[in-house]
Amino acid sequence: MSSAAPLQELFDRGRRGERGALARLLSVAEAGGAQAAQLDALCAAAAAPRARSIGITGAPGAGKSTLTAALLGVARNADQRAAVLAIDPSSPLTGGAILGDRVRMHQAAVDEGVFIRSMASRGQQGGLAQAASLGVRVLEACGWPWILLETVGIGQVEVEISGRADLVVVVLNPGWGDEIQANKAGLMEVADIFVINKADREGVAQTRRDIEGAIAARPGGQQIPVIETIATRGEGVPELWQAIVERHAALDASGELAVRRRARIAAELESAALSALRGRLAAAMAAEEGVRLRERIASGDCGIHEGVATLLGNIVRD
Amino acid sequence: MTTAPKRILMAKTGLDGHWRGPTIVARALRDAGFEVIMVGMVTADEVVRAAIDEDVDLVGLNIGGHVDVAERAIAAIREARPELPIFCGGVVPPWAKKRLEEKGVEVYPPGSQLPEIVDAARRLTRWQAD
Ligand SMILES: Nc1nc2c(ncn2[C@@H]2O[C@H](COP(=O)(O)OP(=O)(O)OP(=O)(O)O)[C@@H](O)[C@H]2O)c(=O)[nH]1
Ligand SMILES: [Mg+2]
Repeated sequence: MSSAAPLQELFDRGRRGERGALARLLSVAEAGGAQAAQLDALCAAAAAPRARSIGITGAPGAGKSTLTAALLGVARNADQRAAVLAIDPSSPLTGGAILGDRVRMHQAAVDEGVFIRSMASRGQQGGLAQAASLGVRVLEACGWPWILLETVGIGQVEVEISGRADLVVVVLNPGWGDEIQANKAGLMEVADIFVINKADREGVAQTRRDIEGAIAARPGGQQIPVIETIATRGEGVPELWQAIVERHAALDASGELAVRRRARIAAELESAALSALRGRLAAAMAAEEGVRLRERIASGDCGIHEGVATLLGNIVRD
Repeated sequence: MTTAPKRILMAKTGLDGHWRGPTIVARALRDAGFEVIMVGMVTADEVVRAAIDEDVDLVGLNIGGHVDVAERAIAAIREARPELPIFCGGVVPPWAKKRLEEKGVEVYPPGSQLPEIVDAARRLTRWQAD
């Protein structure tokens, strides 16, 4: 992406509904660095109406993209505009990525009321979550009222990203009893709604029992809806959309949404601060002073702890 | 700060020809550090929309015989993002190859070597991964 247009102008164009400008802004968010920081400030100052963000997560191939596309269809029928951020991992070796989620989203992809963006994790751990949450804020600032975040897996990073959404839908398939058993704690922690997708396959009833068993076993349990879908045929998808809308409204009414958004701010602040520190630390280590410090430790001139204090002093001073 | 990876849209505009071709090319591009956005079989409208929304740096079209759809897609891309480079692969009849090249579209017919395609992607996006 290359553009000489100043960020403010690009931002204004994005806010006026220009797709190309929004697309560029998302590239800026993805790239991180000084421009992203500036964009972040513009979003903060824009005071746009809050978007409702929905995380859609689950193991590879669970049907998340197909389901997301079907949800877009239902949302559009309800006259709601919706954006998607579909996040896939980058290859840790080459930094490249194949982003295949759009393949399942043909119909929605030409609708004026839909904006779909594929995003690669680009290898930086906290960075991905930062880029994704800035992406959400950009979409919000540009007036997208619903934002669906598709993330793969139920691992740590994915949980962190889907945790940037107001509400999380976990997609499972029939026959995944063992996976549910093995990941019970993590699943229960993130899920606001469970979906058993591919309900045209065998083992739906058993999977439902596994999920409901896990829900019942958890302390203080609020009821978590379990919805069966056949995403390829759109079956169960209106019910899922309904559940999302209702759950979001309930979270809002109970004050839980506000609590979550506060928690999100804390998490975002911490991860942004950590990645800023990491960058400064790397620079300080590589700088002449850092090299000298390492030499001094190696020669027994000072200890590690003293070295840390010196290094941290250098970082904060800069 | 390293520069962000370049993004390439891979689309198919014809029914015949296999998805295998683009998939293998996509893997080679990924291994060269590109972010490759797959859209499968699409209409001209969808290619353009994806090229805009995804803010890609290059579009790869797998033609599979359907030169008319590809030409419509190319025209639409040129209108929406005139600066965006396009390259083509798949089954391209000789007469069409010439016509596409006249439009500034590079053509890599079946049998083209992957390194050649990867080099083209680097050149067209002016990018060298580190
Ligand atoms: N039988 C059946 N197949 C489905 C259903 N939903 C999705 N699929 C198929 O499952 C495969 C994977 O679907 P995707 O939507 O790409 O799954 P995903 O979770 O987004 O996959 P990744 O993004 O690669 O993790 C595709 O072949 C879909 O057609 C369903 O309800 N029933
Ligand atoms: Mg997917």
